[in-house]
Amino acid sequence: MSSANSLATPTWRGDLDDRVGKYLGRSHRSLKLVRGRETVIYAILIASGLFSLLITGAIIYVLAIETVSFFKSDEVTFANFFGSTTWNPLLGGTKSFGIWALICGTMLVTAIAMSIALPLGLITAIYLSEYAPRGVRNVLKPVLEVLAGVPTVVYGFFALMTITPILQWLHSGFSVYNAASAGIAVGILCLPTVCSLAEDALQAVPRGLREGAYGLGATRFDVSVKVVVPAALSGIISAFLLAIARAVGETMIVALAAGSLAQATLDPRQQVQTMTGFMVQMASGDVSNYGTEYYSMYAVAFTLFVMTLALTMVGNLVRRRFREAYE
Amino acid sequence: MSNPITLTDEATAIEPRPRDGRQTHFAHSRDQASEPTTLAIGVRDLNAWYGDFQALHSISLDIPANRVSALIGPSGCGKSTLLRWFNRMNDTIPTAHARGSVHLGDTDLLSRTTDVVDLRRRIGIVFQRPNPFPKSIFDNVAFGPRLHMKLSRTELQDVVEWALRKAAVWDEVKDRLASPALGLSGGQQQRLCIARAIAVGPEVLLMDEPCSALDPASTLAVEDLIFELRRQYTIVIVTHNMQQAARCSDQTAFFYEGRLIEVGATTTVFTKPKQQQTEDYVSGKFG
Amino acid sequence: MNRRDPIKTQVRAGIDNDPEGPLASIQLLSGEPRRKLDARFRGLCVTIAAVSVLVLIGLLASILLQGVPSLSLTLLTGGPEPDPSEAGIRPAILGTLWVCSLCALFTLPIGVATAILLEEFQPRNRYGRFIYSVIQLNISNLAGVPSVVYGLLGLTAFVSMFGLFGSRTSQGGGLEIGIRYYDQFFSEGMRSILIPVSDPSRPVSEPVDGMQGIDTSGNPVTLKVISVGEALPTGDALQYTLFDDAEAGRITKKAWYHFSLPLGRGVLTGALTLMLVILPVIIISSQEALRAVPSSLRDGALGLGSTPWQVVWHVTLPSAMPGILTGAILAMSRAIGETAPILIIAGIVYISRAPQNLMDDFTVMPLQIFNWISRPQEEFHSIAAAGILLLLGILLSFNALAVLIRQKLHKPLS
Repeated sequence: MSSANSLATPTWRGDLDDRVGKYLGRSHRSLKLVRGRETVIYAILIASGLFSLLITGAIIYVLAIETVSFFKSDEVTFANFFGSTTWNPLLGGTKSFGIWALICGTMLVTAIAMSIALPLGLITAIYLSEYAPRGVRNVLKPVLEVLAGVPTVVYGFFALMTITPILQWLHSGFSVYNAASAGIAVGILCLPTVCSLAEDALQAVPRGLREGAYGLGATRFDVSVKVVVPAALSGIISAFLLAIARAVGETMIVALAAGSLAQATLDPRQQVQTMTGFMVQMASGDVSNYGTEYYSMYAVAFTLFVMTLALTMVGNLVRRRFREAYE
Repeated sequence: MSNPITLTDEATAIEPRPRDGRQTHFAHSRDQASEPTTLAIGVRDLNAWYGDFQALHSISLDIPANRVSALIGPSGCGKSTLLRWFNRMNDTIPTAHARGSVHLGDTDLLSRTTDVVDLRRRIGIVFQRPNPFPKSIFDNVAFGPRLHMKLSRTELQDVVEWALRKAAVWDEVKDRLASPALGLSGGQQQRLCIARAIAVGPEVLLMDEPCSALDPASTLAVEDLIFELRRQYTIVIVTHNMQQAARCSDQTAFFYEGRLIEVGATTTVFTKPKQQQTEDYVSGKFG
Repeated sequence: MNRRDPIKTQVRAGIDNDPEGPLASIQLLSGEPRRKLDARFRGLCVTIAAVSVLVLIGLLASILLQGVPSLSLTLLTGGPEPDPSEAGIRPAILGTLWVCSLCALFTLPIGVATAILLEEFQPRNRYGRFIYSVIQLNISNLAGVPSVVYGLLGLTAFVSMFGLFGSRTSQGGGLEIGIRYYDQFFSEGMRSILIPVSDPSRPVSEPVDGMQGIDTSGNPVTLKVISVGEALPTGDALQYTLFDDAEAGRITKKAWYHFSLPLGRGVLTGALTLMLVILPVIIISSQEALRAVPSSLRDGALGLGSTPWQVVWHVTLPSAMPGILTGAILAMSRAIGETAPILIIAGIVYISRAPQNLMDDFTVMPLQIFNWISRPQEEFHSIAAAGILLLLGILLSFNALAVLIRQKLHKPLS
């Protein structure tokens, strides 16, 4: 130990200096090796990144080829598929594949669900983002998270065992399986989705806008509804679109509560079959693996996929545009 | 490597800082600054862009070895950009690109074939905010040596102790090497980051406003350290703070709007600047 | 025009003369209606928030009311017996365990690797940036694809593998390892005798005198075949004697490593299909976790001469780990509750035991619950409710684990 060397490092050790000098002078690790490993890892990462593209490709390929097999069948015509409202794939003599019956059922359930989820979700989001005191927030947020984490089969049970009896008690016209009950359950399911996406959008609005409005003497209502919501509108619309896509694709609730009779009706008391409901019916029954009705499942899935993909794609694009505007 | 350059001898006019017991540094600096020194980094006709925005306009600059060179100028003048090209940190910005030449000895720093990993071992960098890794103090300093060298446990301990002593932070942390680095004070963290950079044995240390996030006392400690370290390292420091440049640099380069306005011995630049813009800046008229 | 001019001048004069400006003469609206509106809206918000809490309470209450009476040990240990009092969910619990662990095994590496690629390896050129934005958009779109569609993808891509390997039947077919076929005879001494079958596509063996077989304990035996009407031997020989009209049944024995192509409706298919469902979820949550790591740490490591991967491995990934784990656990809880894709690939089948190998048939908890709900008998509904309680319990403990990890492992990063 020598300490006379300098003021800033009073406890300098000369021996350490010499030894470390030797270590640092030694040859360094092979850069070639490091580079090679780097390339291999990068290739693996790229492969996993491309895997997600492969999944999309596979979905489209599988649905497309099986749908083609469906339309090749003698029992099926384009005119029937896109022009009829009678969906009757299982009964021997009178088979009819009119997709509109299923689309109509899907739309009815989705409309009921959205008439609950959109307004309630948006208002809850406004409340959470602009009004709620910390304590309420701390209760409400976990409640919504729990609601979002409940498996859909549980909502199906809730719809069939709780909502339907209540509806029947309110009005005797409801059948055991009905669109309203399934729609309400889907609405409850989508509520947390709408709420958290819309809240994200509201939170992304810069504080300065709010402060500007408050500075002009606006009430909280003025600020939220006249300033923040319009500023976050595209984010909110994207939340709505993503929620609609979720409702359209929801499966277990409708399979349990909506019924299995495909009919083009607007009466929420009647039973309806959705596109997803039909697929479940096919999968849980004993249907031969290669009949027209089997392939019809893929044609229905293709229709469903195109609808939800369009909704999510637009939703995601709007959201991306919105985030770019504020971040 | 061998072309000698000489700093003008006005360097002797640096005012001693009004603190006791520091004069030794200046006696020392007077000796060194007037001696001819070798070229560490040579910049020739460097132009740099971020996307379409040109951040640097044909910069030519010599960075002398074993001296402290300060890059000063108002914010957005390109001084940090230049610094970040020295060890290619700008590679992390997808839109950044540059034309011209920057040489460290025989190595072309901007060449596509230059191994940036090896380059960054030879040219260390210390950032504006202390950025210790969320690991122990020991692991922070050992991070670089573990990447680049095969060392036994005791050898690694030696390197860590050596680097921490060099960075003048050993006495403060020697009893808690295993505790998290984030528990240190800001000034200690910054000296730890300097130790971390030293531990891989670089030739050049780049410092990007190393004191701007520190309190005055820590700033002083880091400045003392910079002054001490230049005996072993070539140091390039970017600073907003003109007093800091005056206190601890031998050479000062003044940048304005992406152009190098003036470069020379620190005393010349601060007391007898040749350009009006430089004088306005160092006298506090803008910036 | 003539009439307007004087008015104009009048207003001008007002502005000029009045020291308080034009606002002085304007009557302010009362703030009262706006304050009332604000109060009413706040009331509406509180009501709606209360409703969502009430819905959750109602949901839990209705399940608790029906489920608690049926919670019993039988539920945990029993199989899906037709008698409600004996029905249990054990095979489904084990099926869920198999499928979800396998699924995590596949999904985590791929998901985290994709997130690392997108967040940590920024593209250097325009072409690369385009590919990245396509991948990114694709992932957010995949997250919106209904899970039932993934089920159909699994049905074609995994169960039958596009028919590339032929189809599997009880006569074999496809590519198989770890499986042996036997023809089983029952001797006149009511002993089960197995005849190994080398080619499963051949028809079931006819009894031939002197046939070599093995008995139930694996010992080799030689069979004696006698014509109908002949006298049966006595004693031990009876155990290995058959009449020549005896009919065999084809059975299989599968080793734990049994594997076959196409994959069929087994555990592996289930795990792969669920992987498709939760991969986008894991990618997105891992990306968020990586994004939360301050870039100053990356700069620090890069400045010391780390390669991009060394930065990820030594600095970014350890710092993002709590976030990635939390996201992974939440994604797994989604996988546990996912029903539709499993229903599509596995169908509703009677499964009385845990899966024995990767190709084995299986069921999962939510599927078993769905099965019970769709039966007409009230008793099964209450067993379904009890099963739901069990499922919710598992999911809740997963959520609690995620919260715990978030709190325990979360350290400040700068």
